[in-house]
Amino acid sequence: MISMAEKLLVTRDLNIAADETPILRDVNFSIEAGTTTVLMGPNGAGKTTLGHALMGNPEYQVASGTITFNGEDITDYSPDKRAVAGMFMSFQAPVEVPGVPLATFLRAIVATRPELKLRGAKFKKRVAEIMDQLNMDPSYLDRELNVGFSGGEKKKLEMLQLLLLQPKLAILDETDSGLDVDALDTVSRAINLYQEMGGTLLMITHNTRILEHVKVDKVQVLVRGQIVDAGCSDLILEIDNKGFERYVAEGSGSASVAAAQENQSKAFSEFNVEDALANMEAALEEHDQAGE
Amino acid sequence: MAGQRTEVADVDRERYDFIKSEEGTERVHAGLTPDIIREISARKDEPEWMLEHRLKCLEIYNKTPIPNWGPSLDGLDMANIVTYVKPKGEQKSDWESVPEDIKDTFDRLGIPQAERAYLAGVGAQYDSELVYHNIQESVADKGIVYSGIEEAMKDGWEDVIRQHFMKLVPPTDHKFAALHGAVWSGGSFVYVPAGVKLDFPLQSYFRLNAKGAGQFEHTLIIVEEGAELHFIEGCSAPKYNVANLHAGCVELFVKDNAKLRYSTIENWSKNMYNLNTKRSIVGKNGTIEWVSGSFGSHVGCLYPMSILQGEGSTSEFTGITFAGTGQDLDTGCKVVCAAPNTKAVVNTKSISKGGGVSTFRSSVVATPAAENASVSVSCASLMLDDKSRSDTIPTMDIRCDNVSVGHEASIGRIGNDLMFYLMSRGIPEDEASTMVVNGFANPVSKELPLEYAVEMNNLIKLEMEGAIG
Repeated sequence: MISMAEKLLVTRDLNIAADETPILRDVNFSIEAGTTTVLMGPNGAGKTTLGHALMGNPEYQVASGTITFNGEDITDYSPDKRAVAGMFMSFQAPVEVPGVPLATFLRAIVATRPELKLRGAKFKKRVAEIMDQLNMDPSYLDRELNVGFSGGEKKKLEMLQLLLLQPKLAILDETDSGLDVDALDTVSRAINLYQEMGGTLLMITHNTRILEHVKVDKVQVLVRGQIVDAGCSDLILEIDNKGFERYVAEGSGSASVAAAQENQSKAFSEFNVEDALANMEAALEEHDQAGE
Repeated sequence: MAGQRTEVADVDRERYDFIKSEEGTERVHAGLTPDIIREISARKDEPEWMLEHRLKCLEIYNKTPIPNWGPSLDGLDMANIVTYVKPKGEQKSDWESVPEDIKDTFDRLGIPQAERAYLAGVGAQYDSELVYHNIQESVADKGIVYSGIEEAMKDGWEDVIRQHFMKLVPPTDHKFAALHGAVWSGGSFVYVPAGVKLDFPLQSYFRLNAKGAGQFEHTLIIVEEGAELHFIEGCSAPKYNVANLHAGCVELFVKDNAKLRYSTIENWSKNMYNLNTKRSIVGKNGTIEWVSGSFGSHVGCLYPMSILQGEGSTSEFTGITFAGTGQDLDTGCKVVCAAPNTKAVVNTKSISKGGGVSTFRSSVVATPAAENASVSVSCASLMLDDKSRSDTIPTMDIRCDNVSVGHEASIGRIGNDLMFYLMSRGIPEDEASTMVVNGFANPVSKELPLEYAVEMNNLIKLEMEGAIG
């Protein structure tokens, strides 16, 4: 049996709701330090919700259950406390922050992590080093955070922050969606660099393109708000070939079918919109980039 | 050196909110009578026409009703306002000769330090009179005049002042313009000769220390053809539990091909009624740029006006207003396009929190002569809680067919997604919202010299403290 100490993240009987609508039910899973886990599932399964709930987005409430990070119960922690404890999330759609230059923002987030010892010249040097690794134009530092950047550039900015902050756990929410070949290459490189630092990853994705570039240790399958399967990286290939139909057809584990279906249909209407929009955005971006 | 810049330390309330003894000052009785006006005039030993002007203004004041629009002025009882308070000592041109506690006041506000670092000239007014006025020799050598108005009048500029004084803002404009005309004291006169361009700004700082008093300084600036000037004005006062009044007047004459930038950071205490009037008239291809930050005052009514009289003249107005608890700030601007090819750009931001009321009010007029003029007005408001209020009242009066006019307004809150994004990177809630507000204000702060931009960011930080319940 594996001891708790080696597990960086553990969720126990986690139930998550958004405005009283249950979305995730009895989620039990754990992530070992230094490993890479892929969270897969069909559209609307609740993958993004799980990522946001782990990071503490107040839009999603913990109805019951616990989240333990690095041996600490963080279930009630605000997002900033989680970040300072060593968690990070790369957003599917990074938010624009008008009037705040990237350099100012980076300095502010590094200031919350004194243990990084990145003051003054060291900060500048480290930022320049990462920007070079990610083929980013140094003039980006003077631009407003995420404002007017393309989808691919925004994802690169997320990777810049990942490498700068060196969190213990990084949740990557659809970081691969809507990227052209070059951007995908850069993002993969960032992920590899982070892995080399000994980082721990939870990658949320619904396509398997990026997984060709990244070494994966474990796969968790989320369907209709529940973890329905887990395995090693072979599972990716299997899902690639057969899709998620069998999980959907099998129903959802131990809960009574009727109750599960009721919850699912409620939950389904919730995230269908969210994911459909995200997919549409991704598709449009891909289309745009193809057109360029 | 342009590269040398001072550092502005973090603001604490003490920086503005300290009271000095009124020992040694001389004040007139509270209220308004012809005798008080005569007393002020006599103390100033001014020409007869000015006394006549003052008395005429008092008549107009008595006949003119209080405005029936805008924030309530009920808390302002003119019978209790002391219109003239003379600080001890006379005006000096070196800080060492300024009385110790007055010098200490301006030291704490950082004025002498800023003067040494990057200003071409400084005027400092304490209550009703200037206590310090100085201009760098190299600037004076170019023929630039920067002094107190009373001083300039005795120094050969009386005719010029008489030609311009309250011609742009007549006493009939509104009740507080008439009041200003009756009791005005202090302020600055600036004359920039044709073709002369100043590389460094001039600054006037106004400090009102006396309890229950009014400050009525008059600023008159003439920028001759092809000349350029940046003028900065700052103001503050300690907080008292009785009303103070500021009814200054600014008249700016910008001639053909000339350019004037007029920047203000206003941080009056929150018992102040700030009823200030500012106006400029611009000649052919001339430019007036207003940069205005309103943070203080209990009630503020401030609408700098640009009259674009010359063909191809331009007005740019960039403003920010921050209304916190107990503040009702009614700000905006007025533009008159009165010639062909004139151009006006208005860009304002307002923030309200803790029950504060912020109103954007603008008036744009295009006369039949404004052929091919273009006007663009944009205002954005940010409300930080449910108690606060934000209004937008734009008016347009377009009397010319061939004018391009645009208006854009937005009122919003800080989005949850934005807060979550910033907090997910480790930034605490209060710092995250301060960062967003600073970012919102950035288009204005980047128009200010670095020191003032830093001060403005600090003022925002100060206002944001405790903003999150």
